[in-house]
Amino acid sequence: MNEAAVSIKTYAFIFVTLLFLTATTFLVSGVDLGGLNAVAALVIAMVKALLVALFFMHLRYSRPLMMVVVAAGLLWLGIMITLTLGDFLTRGWLTYR
Amino acid sequence: MAQTIAPHFSQVAHQFDSAEQQRDAATLGMWIFLATEVMFFGGLFTTYSVYRALHPLAFAEVSRHLNITLGTINTAVLIASSFTMVLAVYGAQHSRRKMLVLCLVLTMLLGSVFLGIKFYEYYQKFVEHFVPGSAFQFPAPYTREAEMFFSLYFLMTGLHALHMIVGLGLLATLTILAWRGRFSSSYYNPVELSGLYWHFVDLIWIFLYPLLYLIGHHLR
Amino acid sequence: MEAVESSAAPRVHYLNINYGWKSWLLTTDHKRIALLYLVSITLFFFLGGLFAVLIRIKLLTPGTALVMPETYNKLFTMHGIIMVFFFLIPSIPGVLGNFLIPLMIGARDVAFPRLNLASWYLFNLAGLIMLYTVVNGGVDTGWTFYPPYSSAFANTNVAAAVLAIFIAGFSSILTGLNFVVTIHTMRAPGLTWFRLPLFIWSMYATSIIFILGTPVLAITLLLVGAERLLHIGVFDPAYGGDPILFQHLFWFYSHPAVYIMVLPSMGVISELVPTFARKQIYGYKFVAFSSVAIAVLGFLVWGHHLFVSGQSVYAGMVFSFLSYAVAIPSAVKVFNWTATLHKSSLSFDAPMLYAFGFIGLFTIGGLTGLFVAALGVNVHVHDTYFVIAHFHYIMVGGAVMGYLGGIHYWWPKISGRRYPEGWARLAALIVFVGFNLTFFPQFLLGYMGMPRRYYAYPPEFQTLNVMSTAGASILGVGYVLPLIYLIWSMRYGPAAEANPWPSTGLEWQTTSPPPTNNFEKTPVVTNEPYDFPELARQRASGALKESEQPA
Repeated sequence: MNEAAVSIKTYAFIFVTLLFLTATTFLVSGVDLGGLNAVAALVIAMVKALLVALFFMHLRYSRPLMMVVVAAGLLWLGIMITLTLGDFLTRGWLTYR
Repeated sequence: MAQTIAPHFSQVAHQFDSAEQQRDAATLGMWIFLATEVMFFGGLFTTYSVYRALHPLAFAEVSRHLNITLGTINTAVLIASSFTMVLAVYGAQHSRRKMLVLCLVLTMLLGSVFLGIKFYEYYQKFVEHFVPGSAFQFPAPYTREAEMFFSLYFLMTGLHALHMIVGLGLLATLTILAWRGRFSSSYYNPVELSGLYWHFVDLIWIFLYPLLYLIGHHLR
Repeated sequence: MEAVESSAAPRVHYLNINYGWKSWLLTTDHKRIALLYLVSITLFFFLGGLFAVLIRIKLLTPGTALVMPETYNKLFTMHGIIMVFFFLIPSIPGVLGNFLIPLMIGARDVAFPRLNLASWYLFNLAGLIMLYTVVNGGVDTGWTFYPPYSSAFANTNVAAAVLAIFIAGFSSILTGLNFVVTIHTMRAPGLTWFRLPLFIWSMYATSIIFILGTPVLAITLLLVGAERLLHIGVFDPAYGGDPILFQHLFWFYSHPAVYIMVLPSMGVISELVPTFARKQIYGYKFVAFSSVAIAVLGFLVWGHHLFVSGQSVYAGMVFSFLSYAVAIPSAVKVFNWTATLHKSSLSFDAPMLYAFGFIGLFTIGGLTGLFVAALGVNVHVHDTYFVIAHFHYIMVGGAVMGYLGGIHYWWPKISGRRYPEGWARLAALIVFVGFNLTFFPQFLLGYMGMPRRYYAYPPEFQTLNVMSTAGASILGVGYVLPLIYLIWSMRYGPAAEANPWPSTGLEWQTTSPPPTNNFEKTPVVTNEPYDFPELARQRASGALKESEQPA
């Protein structure tokens, strides 16, 4: 349990940053960046998620074990998506003559 | 101002040796539960990844039929509700009962606004014949992909909304307990842990928003 | 370590502290919950076994016999669903895990006792829905529920079945969560991670799989249900869906699920071997880490179920390679168990007979897994009886034998009674003989091309099928015997001491049966695990006194 009390000011700052990032992702998505659109959207979303997790969910002030739990969940999700996409995206690679 | 709390509220359960051990266990338990939720939603995110990878243009085009204004407003509403939630925990942590109750109520209010907007969106989709099933209609050439997109849209946002409703129930219970003076600086873990759940629901939406609403935004 | 032995059962313990159905159905005592699980899963074991009996009777004849083909599809489906989800997955975690984890770590209970009871109720709710499915005409999709048959074309109780499994999944998730939190936060003073019994390491690894894998099964089954009931297409090609996506999502859980089924059993073997060899386990850290390695690597291999499905060849190669990798930690365990036996003083009590059976049969099952993991061979043996034999060697020859070995080993602790050793050894031998006669012929049948899930087969395969059915009837006898004598022993068996074998481990430092709060006072651990030399020294020096345990 986090004993460090985060100040209201810090919370407010994070809140404003999150709103700012939301506006950013909205605006960036309106510009055609080709393949980078998806990357930008995901990166911004991940930054927002990090801010919520670290500050609002007090992950920054929690036992390291909580970070391990979060990392494990994200890693496993990554494994599931990566290896599954790995099938679908490589199906066209081999062509039989 | 610190309030005195009746001792039985912070009683340590018999299997634990101390209040600290009980808190540690409960906190770890909630984080592990959130990890299971990551994998639960993860199946849907995986499905989405596959079909979007297979039909990128179709998905982008179909996505434009979602109400991007309402989606963006909803994102801001949910982030605000996370802010009020965090203030509620702060209130509990500092034994400020009125702040705690007020912020819990605000959180529920914002959550309800989110759900209201969401269900209005659903209604709009129903009117536009975008609900998958026998009444589904979408112009060629993306009719099949559109039905897939909207299936995923309803499944993902629907599951998210379900979690929000559960969250509202959790917060309502907390509010009643908080009003009765149950929480203070010496015992506020349930507020903190409910906050974790609420933030998690916000996190899911932080990803749903760009993945569902923004992919076709650059198309003209 | 506090070492107090009692030759007399305590006057008050967890079984007799109170009576009445409410004291059992509303209990939060992990030991009582373990017994509740024991009753439930035993019922499901015999129900699943009944379906197996019907299958084997049908397969005595190559052509039409006993049931209609459509009914046969339901038989193998129900056998699979019940055995996997309602017996194998909950068996050791629900019974031995629940009973032993707090005892082994010196705690009074698990971290969340009420959640523990909720897990059992969820399991039984799921079971009731599954029983409804059985009486309402069953399911015929195979336990794997592949769409689009399951979502669009089957006329059986698919929705009810997936709902039942969905609920059972949450039972497991909560159990896994409970175990991980308990092991992290409630270990007795001095009980560092590397002093934990290996059973705890196995249960911890199993719980990781419960937590990270089961939710994916839940969402996948939800999608099948949604497809079926709401007519939306996620996996249905008619809607642009891909049925192989279902297979990816399904096996993402269901492959690690097989490690859920076997890891706890391996944990049991890691307790049995040092005890009956009266020797330190060889390579404790290797065995401990191998459990975690199996849990992690087990999540990386699911595509080996999709080799011939239409999955990309490159994905197939990656999954095949990783499947070979996951065999390594399992082999490490077998090597270490065997090395422990070297220069040991072996005794051949019934639990040890089960352990020997496990080591041999699991090895065969594991080695044949390497056959099926090879892309080329897989094309030949996929969907044949070779695969069925492979996984039954692991599930029955491995997991069930470990379960029975564990039940026998900890029976004195659980019940306060000793079971009849002669009958137990006989039953173990009958199980071993019956098992091999049932399943070895199936390797041959599969290799020669007999497909699985087929109602009829070419007449030249009949001899081997008859042998298999004969084996199954012997196996059945072997399973019924413990049911009889274990129940008999609860009333007529001689009272058991606190540490009857004797063995190391905190669970043996309290009475048989234990008091409700497990220990008179929280133990402090200073010994290394499996310290048999120290145990022998203590017994020789008379440091272990026989004393009456106060109530």
